[in-house]
Amino acid sequence: MSETDTPPGPPPLDPADAVEVETAAAAAAAAIAAAPDLDALKAVRLAHAGDKSPLALANRAIGGLPKSAKAAAGQLVGAARARISATVAARGAELAAERNAGVLARERVDVTLPYDRLPTGGRHPISTVTERIGDIFLAMGWEVAQGPELETEWYNFDALNFLPDHPARAMQDTFYVKGFTGAQSSVANGPESDGQNSGLVLRTHTSPVQIRTMITRRPPIYVICPGRVYRTDALDATHTPVFTQVEGLAIDRHLTMAHLKGTLDHFARAMFGPQSKTRLRPSFFPFTEPSAEMDVWFEGKKDGPGWVEWGGCGMVDPDVLRACGLDPQEYSGFAFGMGIERTLQFRNDIPDMRDLIEGDVRFTAAFSTEV
Amino acid sequence: MKAPLEWLSRHVALPTGTGPDAIADALLRIGFEVEDVVGVPVTTGDLVVGSVSTIEELSGFKKPIRFVTVDVGAGHGPGGGGDPREIICGATNFAVGDRVVVALPGAVLPGGFAIASRTTYGHLSDGMICSVRELGIGTEHDGILVLDADAQIGVDARDLIGAHDAVVELAVTPDRGYALSIRGLARELAAAFDVSFDDPAGGPAPDRPDPGWPVTIDDADGCGRFVTVRVSGVDPMAPSPFWMRRRLHAAGIRNISLAVDITNYVMLEFGQPLHAFDSGRIGGAITVRRATAGETLKTLDGSIRSLVTDDLVVADESGAISLAGVMGGESTEISPSTTDVVIEAANWDPAVIARTARRHKLPSEASRRFERGVDPEIAASAAEAAAALLVTYAGGRIAGRSTAAGRLPVRGPIALPLTEPERLAGRPYEPAVIIRRLVQVGCAVRPGATESSLEVTPPSWRPDLARAADLVEEVARLEDYQSIPTLLPLAPSGAGLTPGQRRERRISADLAASGLVEVLSFPFVGSADFDALGLAADDIRRFTADLANPLDTKRPSMRTTLLPGLLDTLGRNLSRGARDLALYELGLVFLPSRNAPRPPVLPVDRRPTNAELVVLDSSLPIQPRHVAAVFAGAFERPGWWGPGRDGGWADAIELARKVGRIAGVEFRMVAADQRPWHPGRCAGIRLGDWPVGFAGELHPEVIDRLGLPPRSAAMELDLDALPPAEVQVAPHISPFPPVHLDLAVVVQAEVAVAAVTNALRDGAGDLLESLRLFDVYTGDQLASGAKSLAFSLVVRAPDRTLTAAEAVAVRDAALAEAAARTGATLR
Repeated sequence: MSETDTPPGPPPLDPADAVEVETAAAAAAAAIAAAPDLDALKAVRLAHAGDKSPLALANRAIGGLPKSAKAAAGQLVGAARARISATVAARGAELAAERNAGVLARERVDVTLPYDRLPTGGRHPISTVTERIGDIFLAMGWEVAQGPELETEWYNFDALNFLPDHPARAMQDTFYVKGFTGAQSSVANGPESDGQNSGLVLRTHTSPVQIRTMITRRPPIYVICPGRVYRTDALDATHTPVFTQVEGLAIDRHLTMAHLKGTLDHFARAMFGPQSKTRLRPSFFPFTEPSAEMDVWFEGKKDGPGWVEWGGCGMVDPDVLRACGLDPQEYSGFAFGMGIERTLQFRNDIPDMRDLIEGDVRFTAAFSTEV
Repeated sequence: MKAPLEWLSRHVALPTGTGPDAIADALLRIGFEVEDVVGVPVTTGDLVVGSVSTIEELSGFKKPIRFVTVDVGAGHGPGGGGDPREIICGATNFAVGDRVVVALPGAVLPGGFAIASRTTYGHLSDGMICSVRELGIGTEHDGILVLDADAQIGVDARDLIGAHDAVVELAVTPDRGYALSIRGLARELAAAFDVSFDDPAGGPAPDRPDPGWPVTIDDADGCGRFVTVRVSGVDPMAPSPFWMRRRLHAAGIRNISLAVDITNYVMLEFGQPLHAFDSGRIGGAITVRRATAGETLKTLDGSIRSLVTDDLVVADESGAISLAGVMGGESTEISPSTTDVVIEAANWDPAVIARTARRHKLPSEASRRFERGVDPEIAASAAEAAAALLVTYAGGRIAGRSTAAGRLPVRGPIALPLTEPERLAGRPYEPAVIIRRLVQVGCAVRPGATESSLEVTPPSWRPDLARAADLVEEVARLEDYQSIPTLLPLAPSGAGLTPGQRRERRISADLAASGLVEVLSFPFVGSADFDALGLAADDIRRFTADLANPLDTKRPSMRTTLLPGLLDTLGRNLSRGARDLALYELGLVFLPSRNAPRPPVLPVDRRPTNAELVVLDSSLPIQPRHVAAVFAGAFERPGWWGPGRDGGWADAIELARKVGRIAGVEFRMVAADQRPWHPGRCAGIRLGDWPVGFAGELHPEVIDRLGLPPRSAAMELDLDALPPAEVQVAPHISPFPPVHLDLAVVVQAEVAVAAVTNALRDGAGDLLESLRLFDVYTGDQLASGAKSLAFSLVVRAPDRTLTAAEAVAVRDAALAEAAARTGATLR
């Protein structure tokens, strides 16, 4: 290294002179403490701890000292440099914390700002409660069965022990299918039409799904059949021509009305809370014998806890079992059914059926996925 | 059925003090839904029976006014004495000696009508003689109520007029025709309270061999029995007794004339509908037969009915005179001059009556009972009871009886194992209890073929009791369903939802979470809906299953697409002020087949064969589950974060892709031209080459016709066309670093991005981890008719760190393939 490479500056420190070393260290400490921010500290560090700082140069000069002085000078300069490094680090941490605090304070936002950029969607409460009912039964090992909504009369009526001219059949207010037509042909295709009767109907209940299940599977059968059903009622506050039913069917050896009651009570508690229970009243359905209407004890009833009509049920009629190829002496079973819309009406206080039908987004969006 | 409790309880030994509520509860418990319990409106104060002593007709007023003195008995006269009361009365339908109901001053009639002594028409009126309407026990107001002559003067009139009565209104299920009568309900009530019952029908009437009206039954299956009793010399003007009118009124039946009132009364009490003919107007012998083609009959309601050959009629030599079991004919109707009456009591085939009543839209009190089943053994006693009442109240004499026999259904005994009630109901019943309950409902019970079974013969009025299960219901309901214990059955372990059901749930939940609102629209459509969508005349979606009895004749068909209902709901929301909407629906569509057979008639006494069931199912339209969505207005809203963004064709198509991802399939989009979509902005959704739906912007004409916001978009696809998701093989995740590269290529504008992407992928080979289009540019910096596509590529090897040269080689290979297939050049 030649003289000309060395920039002009203060004369180098004597590494063996404790006073000089301590003076330089003190000057460094003062400068570090005075550094107002991280940039200034960086400059101070370069000046006092960088390669060309007085102490760095002094360190380099130790090599030129007499052998006997090297150790003491090395210790002296090394300690001073270590102190400066530690002070720089400490001040750096201080200044970084200050800067960060400032940045975080400046970056403060109003967390109450709404961010409703994407619309809020929602499921229809009929779907949600139908799934919930399915889950209650799935948890007991039951399965969910589905079937066509446009059905043959055999599945909708005949196999369910509705005799052709019995008033029970007329009670169902059935939509009959006239036939199939296209715009190009005025002649009915498909099933011939003789007045009202093509042999096809819109199902009046989900019971044909029970028949389809019994026809295709062997007992034990434990299924729940949710789905849309149709009756010729005009839409008003309490009626709708298109509504949703959930029916249950259990066929096994040794099933009795006691099992029906147990299942309904469990269902009621799962739907309406631990206080709930059910009550059976004798009634009539062509497809069950004995038959019953079912009331549920509803704590949240508007005029105080009480019984609410909830659905129909009974032991599967022996003629129905026979039509499905099951021996009524070997197997017995029970079935029950209720309307989802009606359940929602009393459970969620929906006075007007039309709200459930018309698809107004304000209505649907008000329901969460846990109805 | 409205049952006055006073009438009902006359045949049941009810415990004393059994009130209307206890009776209603008991009926409810055994299976009769009580719709209402109605009491008679209350009169307070003195209401007594009086006897008219003198009548003075006052003149000089606009209407006839009578000044009357009425003997109201000791203690009820003026000042608490026994003198007659002086009363002003505007009615004229009574004579001296008639028994009447008098409200004394201080009484308050129903409706708050307070009675006081007051001067009117120049006299002090010291009470009021009451009409049926004023007493709240009927609607008649064309005169005051004249009681039967044996009413005792001075007694409280409330018992006589039934003021303590209540009426229970019951919904009777269609299997229990017998309960549409006082006789049937009284028997039920007796069983519910376990007390004795007195049968008003009192068993079959003696078969007296009087020569009667000649009757021939031509249709023995349609008419099981036809009984007539003729009463001659009746007083045509004889009024119905008050007690009968009161009971009829309470039961909801209008008072018409004595003969008609009697047939109604006996029908209500016995359950056997009767008909009264004017004998003088019957032309010769009666024949019971089916109507002839083209035959007509003017029924009592004045309508001329065109009969069909399935209708049963009662005919004389002139033709049909009555629509059997449904309604009588006008030509033989009882008139104010009728002095000779033939009373008919018959048994008709329920199915025939049901069809006739429905065909002629003529539900009557008679048809309602016949189609539910009328006791075949009481026709004679009912006719006899009616004739006796007619003789009692209108004079005359029984002039003849006849009974013609057809064929009544034969019903044998039922074998009932003693264990059967427990097997179905789930609790034990003592044999003595089973027997007692069955006897209570009218069964004859004898020991069965084995020691552990009974032989049960159901009573004639219970055609619904045909199997052991029917008998079990009788025992279980009378022993109270509430006594059955509660047990939870143990179902076998299930498999949970099917993959298809899980998929539907996921799709629905995902669409809702993506900001769409679910709707469930009615599936009814009409040609106007298809016209609005712009469907061509021969569009397959116009081939529909049509309803015979639609609620709305403009929408008589079942939907073949979800869009009409969804767009209808969209329109309803827009009309209610909503502006930005995204809706979806999952549901069935109904796609008829042109070659569908008519459904075969299948048996119910056995399981149909599989071959029979296949034919049956092939008569149905296929009914796949579709999912559809519509977007109108902004999908992303503007706000403090910046501008909003309208939903459009790209959202609709992306939604379809999302459904595909949930189903585990990747759709291919191809340009398509399908109404109701915009021909340049419609994607055909393909699974491989298989079309499963469409998505894109709606045609501007459709948007115009439906009044939707511009650029509204829609998507519909067939979920049932998607295969079940396969078990997915996990990807190998490489631990080596990736190389990120960008690649911009220029192609002609009409080249589909999918074509370029596919070429790049194929050319890049296995080292390409991902490829994503991040920009599309057209503009000044490119030749016209060209577009630039910018992709970012991630290249990575499974087993080593790639060198820069290797990564660039991948990019070059991708570009080369794209150049070869699509003419892409490096930008």
